[in-house]
Amino acid sequence: MSQARANPVNAVAMHGALILYTLIALFPVFVILINSFKTRKAIFREPLALPDSDSFSLIGYETVMKQGDFFLYFQNSMIVTVVSLFFILLFGSMAAFALAEYRFKGNMLMGLYLALGIMIPIRIGTVAILEMMVATGLVNTLWALILVYTAQGLPLAVFILSEFMRQVSDDLKSAARVDGLSEYAIFLRLVLPLVRPAMATVAVFNMIPIWNDLWFPLILAPSEETKTLTLGSQVFIGQFVTNWNAVLSALSMAILPVLVLYVIFSRQLIRGLTSGAVK
Amino acid sequence: MAALSLSNVSKSFGKVEVLKDINIEVEDGEFVVFVGPSGCGKSTLLRVIAGLEDATTGDVQIGGVVVNHTPPSRRGIAMVFQSYALYPHLNVYKNMSLALKQERQSKAVIEARVAKACRMLNLEEYLDRYPSELSGGQRQRVAIGRAIVREPRLFLFDEPLSNLDAALRMNTRLEIAGLHDALGASMIYVTHDQTEAMTLADKIVVLRDGRVEQAGSPMELYNNPANQFVAGFLGSPSMNFLPAGFIAKGDDRTIGIRPEDLQLVEEGSLTATVQHVERLGGDTNVIARVDEHKLTARLFGQHSIEQGQTIRLGFSAQRLYYFDAQGRRLS
Ligand SMILES: Nc1ncnc2c1ncn2[C@@H]1O[C@H](COP(=O)(O)OP(=O)(O)OP(=O)(O)O)[C@@H](O)[C@H]1O
Ligand SMILES: [Mg+2]
Repeated sequence: MSQARANPVNAVAMHGALILYTLIALFPVFVILINSFKTRKAIFREPLALPDSDSFSLIGYETVMKQGDFFLYFQNSMIVTVVSLFFILLFGSMAAFALAEYRFKGNMLMGLYLALGIMIPIRIGTVAILEMMVATGLVNTLWALILVYTAQGLPLAVFILSEFMRQVSDDLKSAARVDGLSEYAIFLRLVLPLVRPAMATVAVFNMIPIWNDLWFPLILAPSEETKTLTLGSQVFIGQFVTNWNAVLSALSMAILPVLVLYVIFSRQLIRGLTSGAVK
Repeated sequence: MAALSLSNVSKSFGKVEVLKDINIEVEDGEFVVFVGPSGCGKSTLLRVIAGLEDATTGDVQIGGVVVNHTPPSRRGIAMVFQSYALYPHLNVYKNMSLALKQERQSKAVIEARVAKACRMLNLEEYLDRYPSELSGGQRQRVAIGRAIVREPRLFLFDEPLSNLDAALRMNTRLEIAGLHDALGASMIYVTHDQTEAMTLADKIVVLRDGRVEQAGSPMELYNNPANQFVAGFLGSPSMNFLPAGFIAKGDDRTIGIRPEDLQLVEEGSLTATVQHVERLGGDTNVIARVDEHKLTARLFGQHSIEQGQTIRLGFSAQRLYYFDAQGRRLS
């Protein structure tokens, strides 16, 4: 182990592989970013060239800023993603704790039922969901999206988190009970910190699909005030002409917040992993 | 007043009856050891006493009060687990002070009690460390410290030494004995190591299959076992059992004889073939065969006995124990 780590050839090979992978993964992002700063002609003439004094242009960003209420879309996407993630993690971890920790009748069945959603795509129920949202008057509100995304994310969250919570040692929870921690305190102050890596994983898994989703915003909340970023960007993609400058600029700006959220969660993930090694 | 009294306690998990009609008294300040083979229900019994499991039937009394429905933290007990069960995300100080914080003790009291426990266990240098940064023995001491700071009426130890190596185990055993003297609290200690049981206990409770086989002082149990199981469980090397027919023809009882009661004598009544010799310096353990029965003799001092040699072993008839076919002791 320590020998493999000390071996310089191995280290170089390992870093080489990782760097190569990073380059491949970042390449599309890079292409989008550089092209968002170029004129339309330059985009098509030399898609891989960096913007220079000739081809540099902010026309894309100007179009995005002028057309539509970009910041509102941005804010909507942010609200929907963050609130949905919060609910997924909150309800998911509470359900997972109950399933993992307590022996009660139907525990197994309940677990299976909650996991069922992993196999059934929620879009199958779109019509019923739309009817429900209409009936409750939630159409064209952000709540419609938040509720749907929370429902969509819960099955996998419960499944992953309950598996992790089962691995927290029984003696540890017993010790906490002897020490006088309530069940809530055991959940919040003992089990949650120990399954933080799993929480971060769940958050990352759920974040991207929610942020990128076009389907439900289009169906449940297409109004101007509730448009999300992905939906808002669609105005630049026409049936006959597509405003590539604007699309690329909008995408570039859409990547940023995801990156920020990802960095936050991945730091949690690493911190969680190291504290999990403390056993 | 009894520190703990269990009356007719039983515990079932579904259809499996793990504890069966257990009656035990622990006096104030007594050191009681539960021993028994793996899976006999020792940990379950301890968890019932702690309140981590509810007894299916029966009463648990601590300090004269029935605590069947009292949560663990208000029973006046503290527990030390086999796996230490330290909170991995808290440092040593916070591990030890958590229970006191939950009790809403003042900061001064918490600090004083933690400092006192640390002094007893030599943990002062480690207060800022996390459990992952401690050795096994240090972790075990922190776990014990976490129990001490609560100043419980009753300590519960569940095989606290089984993860430690032999030398450390002996030291920690002495430390626990010292703690018992210093604190004067009652302690219940679970182990399946009979040396630990014999050396620590005021009273030993031998369990088998969820039943109390016998309870009493170590020497009482050693000298006067109620049945073949207890006789075989206590003592190391353990007691030899032979059909009584070897000594008196037609006798269908089983005799038991302790290894130290066997001697090498010219006219010994048992002729045995030596299978193996363990030389411990002060003692020599001779494992020999009489027909298909294995016998262990513990001889004082050093002997030049070789494998394959035929020896004759003798004993005094007063040192024999007799058991019937069900393993009950016959006088
Ligand atoms: N939660 C549970 N559900 C069902 N059966 C259980 C449960 N806990 C313990 N048992 C059973 O109860 C019996 C006694 O278990 P226990 O842990 O008390 O044994 P033990 O004497 O402490 O053994 P060891 O010396 O190996 O620790 C075992 O047969 C075990 O399978
Ligand atoms: Mg046990």
